[in-house]
Amino acid sequence: MTRVDLLRVPWVGRLVRSRWPQVLLTVALLTGFVLAIVAGLAGTPVGNRNFGIVGVWIAWWAALMLVAVPVLGRGWCGVCPLGAVGDWLQRGAVLAPGRRGLGVGRRWPTKLRGRWLQNAGFLVLALASGAILTQPRVTGLVLLVLLLLAVGVSLVFERRTFCRYLCPVGGFVGLYSQLAPIELRVRDKRRCAAHRDKTCYVGCAAGSGCPWQVYPGALDRNPPCGLCLECVRTCPYDNIAISWRGFRSDLLTAPGHRPDEAFKALIMLGSALLYAAVFLGPWGTLKEAALGVGTGAWLAYAGAVVLLLVGVLPGAFLLAVQAGRRVGRSELPLKRAFAVYAGALVPVGLAAWIAFTLSLVLVNGSYVGAVVSDPFGWGWNLFGTTGARWAPAFTGLLPLAQSAVLIAGLGMTTVVAVRLAPQAHAERPLGQAAPVVLFALGVTLGMLRLLVG
Amino acid sequence: MAARRLKLGVLALGAAVVLLAPPPDAAGASGERTVRVEASGAAFSPAVIRARPGDRITIELVATDVVHGLAVDGYGVSTTAEPGRPGRVTFVASRGGTFRLRCSVTCGPLHPFVAGALEVGPNALLWRAGLLAALVALGGLWLARR
Repeated sequence: MTRVDLLRVPWVGRLVRSRWPQVLLTVALLTGFVLAIVAGLAGTPVGNRNFGIVGVWIAWWAALMLVAVPVLGRGWCGVCPLGAVGDWLQRGAVLAPGRRGLGVGRRWPTKLRGRWLQNAGFLVLALASGAILTQPRVTGLVLLVLLLLAVGVSLVFERRTFCRYLCPVGGFVGLYSQLAPIELRVRDKRRCAAHRDKTCYVGCAAGSGCPWQVYPGALDRNPPCGLCLECVRTCPYDNIAISWRGFRSDLLTAPGHRPDEAFKALIMLGSALLYAAVFLGPWGTLKEAALGVGTGAWLAYAGAVVLLLVGVLPGAFLLAVQAGRRVGRSELPLKRAFAVYAGALVPVGLAAWIAFTLSLVLVNGSYVGAVVSDPFGWGWNLFGTTGARWAPAFTGLLPLAQSAVLIAGLGMTTVVAVRLAPQAHAERPLGQAAPVVLFALGVTLGMLRLLVG
Repeated sequence: MAARRLKLGVLALGAAVVLLAPPPDAAGASGERTVRVEASGAAFSPAVIRARPGDRITIELVATDVVHGLAVDGYGVSTTAEPGRPGRVTFVASRGGTFRLRCSVTCGPLHPFVAGALEVGPNALLWRAGLLAALVALGGLWLARR
């Protein structure tokens, strides 16, 4: 598919280059974020009457997984309030480009780079998800800790270290941004190579050097770029393009090859299965165990979850990749094949999360009206909607929609796996891809059983 | 190119068969059924209610701890129960497939996730979706084969 350079559209270019729209949106989201913390900590303990739970885990989550990530990729990171506060402090400015604010600016240790810490952070949150998703105080506390951590890290380490190496949300948003039909790239790499000052990386009067520590001239895939748009403002040659492209482009043209990214894809895939079983399944004992953080039942649950997400599922995928190497007579080392083919799991993983999220939002979305009028559950009625009754929407069509999404994800995974096959240097490329596709089929059938069965 | 078109045609035919084939009939004649469902903590018991298409079903909801509700996706019927005061709802299982049972009254922290299922005859959607998924995966590999 040919790319459409959106910055060539005059009004889009003006909108992106101005800081106002981005800052206004970030401030609005920061207000909602703070409201969620306060409501969580001080509001009613009834989750479905508290903005902390409903605003974050229904409204925000649905917007993120159904719109922002599939369409805009890292677009959320560009307006995320978590990283923004530290960024403003570092620059000593909110609207102005800023040059020198607070912070020591240390480099993040090389050994801690990569996605391992994000994987671990997400795993910890997944283990506590039974409490986080249902208890406002826990949600409020988690959001507060994340905000303080993001600000603290930005005061000690350079640029957006928290976003790049620690944020558990940024980790999976980056993973799935590879599918999105939006990308930021340079128009002409030769122009960048010849540019001595590299203002996109070091900054200039027009803006900061890339907060995400990315040199745009070498950017060839979405995950490292946080779409903060600073390079659009600092490039003196107007050499940055934000383009509309085909879905899944990154996975076909620049597949990942690192084990930390492979584990991220597998942990996310396993988590979608886990969440569907725990939160949408009929097993009350499982729900109680997930809720009771610290109890014996929860310890058993947590052990099983860790075993599933970092043992059983990656182990099964490793076996599938190894089987593919044998059948396809591939020369690619197993570790490398494991990392490359994990990219094929990105579409089926995102589809699983979209299918799960559809359940969450269509069944519980009507709670949003009530908490908008009464965010703390204190009996307010700001907009006259506090008494809105629980009204599940389109639940008759929900299984059909979930099936369609899951099958579409599997189709995309099949295409990616087949297209990756030549990179495996196999005598029989399809033999290499087939076990990976069968693994994805197994996961899809599992999700169908949990959501539609 | 012609071979690829032929393969696409075969796959399209397969998909049409999966989508249009009539679901198997549920065994036995329809009739009256009364099911006692206990709601306790975060679960319904039994979690799954099985019925034949056309059955006239009465669900008697018994709450053992706090006030619970029970709503059936796709049927738009619901009832509530307090401890010691069961609720009842009667409806005809006119639509085949699997439908979620959900708690319709805030009953505790896990309330939004309290769920069960009503299975009316065979779950045709699940079978069709599963077969389509297999067709997409295996068909995709077959299409790529030269």
